[in-house]
Amino acid sequence: MNQLARTALVLAGAGAGAAVLRKAASARRRAREDGERWMVVTINRAPTDVMPHGDPPSPLDEFGDALEITVRPAPGDRGTELAARLREPASPASASLPSRLAGKDPRQGVRRALREAKSLLETGEVMLPDAPPTGRGDTVGGKVVGLASRRAGGEGVL
Amino acid sequence: MRALCWEGVNKLSVEQIPEPEIRNDQDIVVRLLLSTTCGSDLHIIGGYIPAMQPGDVIGHEFVGEVVETGSGVRRHRVGDRVVVCSFIGCGRCWYCRNDMWSLCDNTNTNPGIGQALFGYETAGIFGYSHAMGGIRGSHAEYVRVPFADYGAFSVPEGVDDLSALFASDSVPTGWMGADLGGVKPGDVVAVWGCGAVGQMAARASVLKGAERVICIDRIPERLAMTETYIGAETIDYTSTDVAAELRERTGGRGPDVCIEAVGMEAHSSGPGYLYDQAKHQLRLQTDRPTAVRQAVHACRKGGTVFVLGVFAGAVDKFPLGMVVNKGLTLRGAQMHGQRYIPMLLERIAAGEISTAHLATHTMSLDRAAKGYDMFKHKKDGCVRAVFHP
Repeated sequence: MNQLARTALVLAGAGAGAAVLRKAASARRRAREDGERWMVVTINRAPTDVMPHGDPPSPLDEFGDALEITVRPAPGDRGTELAARLREPASPASASLPSRLAGKDPRQGVRRALREAKSLLETGEVMLPDAPPTGRGDTVGGKVVGLASRRAGGEGVL
Repeated sequence: MRALCWEGVNKLSVEQIPEPEIRNDQDIVVRLLLSTTCGSDLHIIGGYIPAMQPGDVIGHEFVGEVVETGSGVRRHRVGDRVVVCSFIGCGRCWYCRNDMWSLCDNTNTNPGIGQALFGYETAGIFGYSHAMGGIRGSHAEYVRVPFADYGAFSVPEGVDDLSALFASDSVPTGWMGADLGGVKPGDVVAVWGCGAVGQMAARASVLKGAERVICIDRIPERLAMTETYIGAETIDYTSTDVAAELRERTGGRGPDVCIEAVGMEAHSSGPGYLYDQAKHQLRLQTDRPTAVRQAVHACRKGGTVFVLGVFAGAVDKFPLGMVVNKGLTLRGAQMHGQRYIPMLLERIAAGEISTAHLATHTMSLDRAAKGYDMFKHKKDGCVRAVFHP
């Protein structure tokens, strides 16, 4: 291999390595940002109904001081934007796929509570699934769907 | 109780399952009188809609009698005969308040799955996969109806069960296509598909004052039914060049509004169908958009294409250039039934909309798997199979 080819290989390797490092750094930065990001629902009620006397609505009140909570009027007469995030941001590890599948990402509980608060304020109840369930996890597909359903209340794009 | 369960791709069976119970104060429990097949069920049965579990009860278009009410129910009492909207709306979120009921924020109990698939979840729907809430379907002896004050409607005196049944889904779906497609007096409307939804979209177009309504299908019985009961013209696409025929019948302009009522398992003639089938079977696309492509191609400049058929995911070779360069309006929606059902029941009672003819085959729930086989393969002229418990 001549000198030129060796140099090209070294440069290509360095370039690929740098790209991998950049990608990893970008993923870490994104995970950190996600951990700090506000999770928000828009509730079709006035701000004074959502946070009467400044108290968070149920079940968000169960988190106590662990959450930061804000409300503001939604544009276009759409009600109130209710936002929450953990004071101690979730670590990137807790947001990993295995952690989320295990239900150990603390933001899953916040998302679920936000959705329930919205439903309670708008309708007075949180719609429950049918019981007992008739679907079975006795196939691979059934197991995957069952797991996805168990996590679905705390997952999504909030 | 007995219920028709999805047991795997193309496997249905009637099983014994526990009876439903009131889970929320605003629920009712309904004893089924009649429940019918829908073309969109075939996508579930065939495995094209993800997120089904063996044992899930299917069915979403039904009429029944109230046998139990939750403490928060105000508009219904035991003994009421009700037709129930297939989509469940809470009635109080921003979407329900703005008559976009199938987008309800509070009735999909699995929002994370819906959001993963579509960005934002849809409302819950009876018997239509865990992505749509995992709610038990209506092909059973009893079904629980959440938020019943908003989704269950008393059937007027004089409207029999069979006529009321289709006000649950196919009539409002068809009406919505014409309504949100902007059909107005003097329009020429083309409808792809002469199943129940296509026929109802055509009838809605007639009632909204369209001057000509032209329906496209290949099944002789359905074409004849559309001419007899709907008052629309028809085109058999297996023997006619649809685009040329539509141009000729519309003075060279093309239809003002094109309503697609076929969905993700469209059939057609020609090589395009073979291409779509191959990609669909190899899972290189999730849906076959054959009829949508035709509608976009046939529509007049500046016209509207409304997609009523159920699509689940991504399609290939979509003619976006035609949409842009012809200045088309392209819309779609799952049906906002609560917006239309009371008005439609009145029209059915007044004889303006005929529905009972859609029920070509009525049978016991015990024979429901056989009913779906007839429905899927259009045996014996089957348009809809209807089950009674």
